[in-house]
Formats: sequence, C-alpha cells, structure tokens
Amino acid sequence: MATRGFSGKGLPPAGQNRLPPGQYTTHDFPVLSAGPTPRVALDTWRFTLRVGPKPVKQWTWEEFNRLPMTGVTRDIHCVTKWSKYDTAWEGVLVDDILADAGLEAPTPWVLAHSFDDYTTNVPFADLAGGRGMVALRYAGQPIDADHGGPARLLVPHLYFWKSAKWVNGLQFTQRDEAGFWELRGYHMYGDPWREQRYSGD
Amino acid sequence: MTESAVPARKRPWQTARVVAIESLSPRIKGFHFALPDTPTFVAGQHIDVRLVAPDGYEAQRSYSIASAPEHAERIELAIERLDDGEVSSFFHDVVQVGDEIELRGPLGGHFVWSVRDGGPVLLIGGGSGVVPLMSMVRHRAAQASTVPVTLVTSGRTAADLIYLDELRRLDANGDGFTLKARVTREAATASDLGAGRIDRPLLESVLNEMTEPSFIFVCGSNPFVGTVADLLLDLGLAPGRIRTERYGG
Ligand SMILES: Cc1cc2nc3c(=O)[nH]c(=O)nc-3n(C[C@H](O)[C@H](O)[C@H](O)COP(=O)(O)OP(=O)(O)OC[C@H]3O[C@@H](n4cnc5c(N)ncnc54)[C@H](O)[C@@H]3O)c2cc1C
Repeated sequence: MATRGFSGKGLPPAGQNRLPPGQYTTHDFPVLSAGPTPRVALDTWRFTLRVGPKPVKQWTWEEFNRLPMTGVTRDIHCVTKWSKYDTAWEGVLVDDILADAGLEAPTPWVLAHSFDDYTTNVPFADLAGGRGMVALRYAGQPIDADHGGPARLLVPHLYFWKSAKWVNGLQFTQRDEAGFWELRGYHMYGDPWREQRYSGD
Repeated sequence: MTESAVPARKRPWQTARVVAIESLSPRIKGFHFALPDTPTFVAGQHIDVRLVAPDGYEAQRSYSIASAPEHAERIELAIERLDDGEVSSFFHDVVQVGDEIELRGPLGGHFVWSVRDGGPVLLIGGGSGVVPLMSMVRHRAAQASTVPVTLVTSGRTAADLIYLDELRRLDANGDGFTLKARVTREAATASDLGAGRIDRPLLESVLNEMTEPSFIFVCGSNPFVGTVADLLLDLGLAPGRIRTERYGG
C-alpha cells in the first residue's frame, strides 16, 4: 500500500542495492544498548572460550593482542533501521581464537558473553571461515566504550545486535540458546537481507 | 529482577487510520491511530512505522507508544520533528487526520514495565524520550497503583515539556507519583519547575527523596542517555537496574 503523499528517495538501480529491506544509510555511528556503558579495565580484562560450562582457554588483554590480527571493511546493519557502509575493523578472527586454543568446534552453536551479562547466540557457521571476529580496533583506533570497546564481537552479515559489545567470551552450547535480545522478542538468527528483525519474521 | 514477559509471535503489518493529531510542543506532535486489531502491549514498547512510495521505496522507523495499554484501541505516538528527518518531517508536514499508515507491533521486550513488576521506579526522559515513560505513568494511573514512581525530565522551556499538564495533575493526586521537571532556558515560571538540566546534584536530591529504586528507565537521544546513565553509575546505582532506550540508536 503506498502512503498518501510519500514519494521517497527513489529505488536504487536493480542489482546495485547494498541496502537491506527497511534500512536507511547513516554516516553517524549510532549507539544501541540495553543499559549503561560498562567500565571495563584492560588489566582485569579476560576473554574466555568455553565448551558448555567448562573453560577451555582464557586470555589476558596482552595475550589476546598477540594473536594474529585481521582487518576487514564491511557494511553493518542495525535492527533499529540504520546501516553504515564501509566500516573498518581490526581484530582476531574466531578461526584464529579456536586455533590458538587447539579446539575444533564441538557443537554448531555459540553463545557470546559480555561484561554487562549481555549474551547473543550465533551459529558457529556464521563465525567460521573468516565471517566473525573479536574486533579490537575501529577506523584505526581502539574501539570507544560506547561502541563496545575494548573488544566487541563482529558478525557484520547479521543484524548488529549479534555483534556483542564488551564481549568477554564465546561458549559452545548443546543447542541454539536464545541470548538477551532473542529472549525479548528479537529474531534467533537476524539476517538483514531476509528482514529477520523480530521473532516470527 | 523480574521482567514483564513479552510473548514471541508474529507481528504482521497492519493499516492504521490517523484519528487525531495534536501539538504537544513546538517540535513534537501526537498522532492517534485506530488499529484494525486492538493490540496487547506492555508500557514501554514501541511500534514500527512503514512509509511506502508509489515506486515501492520504503522507509521504516520505530516510535514508542505514549498511550496506556489499558486503552489500546487507540494508540498514541509522539514524534519529534528533525529538520532533515525523512520520516519525522513527513509526519509533521504531510500526515493528516484520516490518512492510513502501515504499522506493526508491539515490539521490544526490555524497556518495559508493568505495575506487577513493582518499584520504586525512577523514570528519566529527555524530549521525546518521555514518550515510553508516559505510557508507564498512564498505565500506573489506569491501574490505580500506588507503586512509588518518580519522573525526571528537562526541556528548554515549559512549552517544550510534553504532557506537562497531565503529569502535574498526576503528581497532585498524591498517590506516590512525583514529577521533577526542570527548564534550562527560562527562569522557573511555575512553582514546581526548577531551573537547570539533569545533572548530578538533581539526581542526588531525587534519589535522596525516594527509596532506592529497583528499576530505572532512561530514554532520549544518545548523548542524553549516555550522560544520565554515567551519572547514575557515578552515584553508585547497580548497572543491572538501569535500562536504556536510545533514540539515536
Ligand atoms: C525503539 C525506538 C523508539 C523510538 N521512539 C521515538 C519516539 O517515541 N518519538 C520520536 O520522535 N522518535 C523516536 N525514535 C526515533 C525515530 O525512530 C527516528 O529515528 C526519528 O524520528 C528520526 O527519523 P527521521 O526519518 O525523521 O530522520 P532520518 O532521516 O533518519 O535522519 C536522522 C538523522 O538525521 C540527522 N538529523 C537530521 N535532522 C536533525 C536534527 N534536527 N537534529 C538532530 N539530528 C538531525 C541525524 O544525524 C540523524 O542521524 C525511536 C527510536 C527507537 C530506536
């Protein structure tokens, strides 16, 4: 149904659309979070890899920074409708985290954990093969606390709430366990191209 | 801490009719919609709005519900005009009573409160950030609840503070609802409006006057929410009690 009086900005030429349905582009970097920005100190920062409840390996900030660094430039899409093109990140690929721990994915499901007790679920397949990283730098600088620093998960092909801010661990789970927003009405997978914003989409 | 459960189910688009438009402040208009299916919602939730051009181009945005869940046959949204804003300026400049607009919802299950969750509750809103807090306050009144709730807001002038008359009446009931409204750009004209922004001394005095809040909801622009949330942490409040909704988010 066309909205009376709305002409819009025009559709992009066919085949050239970088913008998923219902999104608009912004040059700002808006902030989305469920609570206050946590205060994370680097000397007590730890990143823990778990299989179920069991810790497999833990890294300090220095140790984590010695892992192989990879740079990526990607478009990001927030469920609140903004998209931002060509964001540049640097960090440690999930592949390299597992390699350092000498771990092969024991289950197909991962729950990411954060310092503010936030969680989000991502299938392992969406983190493997260079598709997911723990980012430590944005646009050449350490990531601002508001944007998830010192470290955030980056899974740019899913809605951005999956890219957990202030990440402090990845946990392999026995089933696809819903995380924070997923328990609060948001989609379990969150593919922007299929507009999977809310549960039921 | 409990959280009002929001059932997961499909939220299809529906066509709602604009039944009333009112001016709430120089920059904010209230839009009242009649929906074909009366939704069940929890105070604090939002609606997604979709504008569609004849060529199929779409713009979607989220707007919090201002009305009480008890009166869901008419949903009220309050939209602040951003000068170059695609959707907000369309609502301000083009939308008229009788127009049909596509909506879906209710959506969002974190920034929500119901009287069953109890209190005390501290609500802090800037500008249109008062909208979801208003739904909570109206819900509390509709339930004749006496849960202690304090609403803190600040605007340039009294005319910028949306729902001010209604909030004052509710405060005057003396049933546990307290309004702390401040103005930044004019001398305090009315007896209950002090001058100043929402800063540390104001929040300190608000917290001194109430039992430690179990729930704190902060809503508004991203810088507003960031500043207030940081002040609350500085004042020693537990991060797990603070819920935020950022309109720039
Ligand atoms: C859960 C949620 C609930 C929300 N509830 C409400 C609500 O109840 N009421 C409400 O009014 N909004 C609400 N918003 C914000 C709303 O969704 C839109 O973001 C807002 O109306 C702007 O959309 P727009 O299309 O008008 O502007 P856009 O075209 O999207 O432009 C916004 C961008 O334009 C820039 N901009 C343009 N003009 C201005 C200006 N005058 N001042 C500052 N920046 C400007 C900013 O950089 C901003 O990034 C909510 C957002 C969320 C996520």
